[in-house]
Amino acid sequence: MRLITHNMLKCHVKNCNDPDKQFPLRFKDAQLEQIEAERNDEFLVRMLPRIEWSALATTATELGIELPKEVPKVPADDDAFMQALHTAIMEMHVKGGSMVCNGCGHEYKITKGIPNMLLAEHEI
Amino acid sequence: MSRPEHIAPPELFYGEDEAKKYTRNTRIAAIQAEMTLRAVELLSLPEDQPHFLLDIGCGSGLSGEILDEEGHAWVGLDIAPSMLDIAVEKDVEGDLFLQDIGQGMAFRPGAFDGAISISVLQWLCNADKTENRPQYRLQRFFSTLFMALQRGARAVFQFYPENDAQVELIMGIAMKCGFTGGLVVDYPNSKKARKFYLCLFAGQAAGGARHELPRGLDGEENAAGVAYTQTRIQNAKRVKKSRKPAKNTVEWILHKKELARKRGKEDVPLDSRYTGRKRKPRF
Repeated sequence: MRLITHNMLKCHVKNCNDPDKQFPLRFKDAQLEQIEAERNDEFLVRMLPRIEWSALATTATELGIELPKEVPKVPADDDAFMQALHTAIMEMHVKGGSMVCNGCGHEYKITKGIPNMLLAEHEI
Repeated sequence: MSRPEHIAPPELFYGEDEAKKYTRNTRIAAIQAEMTLRAVELLSLPEDQPHFLLDIGCGSGLSGEILDEEGHAWVGLDIAPSMLDIAVEKDVEGDLFLQDIGQGMAFRPGAFDGAISISVLQWLCNADKTENRPQYRLQRFFSTLFMALQRGARAVFQFYPENDAQVELIMGIAMKCGFTGGLVVDYPNSKKARKFYLCLFAGQAAGGARHELPRGLDGEENAAGVAYTQTRIQNAKRVKKSRKPAKNTVEWILHKKELARKRGKEDVPLDSRYTGRKRKPRF
């Protein structure tokens, strides 16, 4: 799973309603793998407003990925920033470990890069 | 037409064997590709731009490969682990999730530019477990999907509805959750090529044009449909030819008498050259 997708994820357990805590999910024992991908600046710029930057920066720091703290005013002109962003959200794949919700504590296990999002009966 | 959703829940039905069959079969792959292309066409995304799409029920990534070719980034959900394993083996580009869409989806508001789903929706109408209530599951699915889409985005579902009531149920719940749109039927006059696409609009983009429901395809079904292969036709013929003799013929009577004797009946008449012979017309 890439970090761009992780940034879109929140906990969907039924009674976990606190918006501050259900996002972002915290990684636990994450195994990272870098898979090279083609950089597409147009796509990155379009996705930037949708990305919650503070959450992404926190997650990246936790995983030990370098990422600037702030978004430059005109991101498309800053090549170093675009490269760092591309590496962080499109190339870094989390292959194992788990994601934990800060609100309800539900643990989403990740195996072979696929998070298990199935809920138990009482969580639906 | 056989309905796999009547046989077992999806995570069991698409076990290892079925998953392999599904992915290796070139005919299924061709039909899936065709339906995916049509679904993407119905999404009517602005051209030449990469988009962030959701593939609901991605399976082994047959539809995802098409999205890759079109240059979109995508996220796939499926409930069958065996299908996802094949997708991982094939190294598809999108991110995969093991998820029951009836439990709702865990995405932040406005995450996606659109959603497609190929042959999935009919599975949601099943109550495989006691705690599964189709209405509730459909509502949870559509409401979380509505949230996950950008305003003005579209979601296109190709599905095989069982009857009109099912279509009404699905559409009713989708409308309740805020979607507009409707059903697009391709080749409505052909039994084989007829395909149903539920085309939903998640609100209206600010300053965007009003959505208009696309028209279904019509006309020559053979032009677009995937042709049956010769072996398939031959197999079908072979099945029809049964080993039983035709009724009321001499062979049939002899066969029946033989059976009766084997079962130990005592008053079975003897066979002779007159057995099963036609009487002369004077009678």
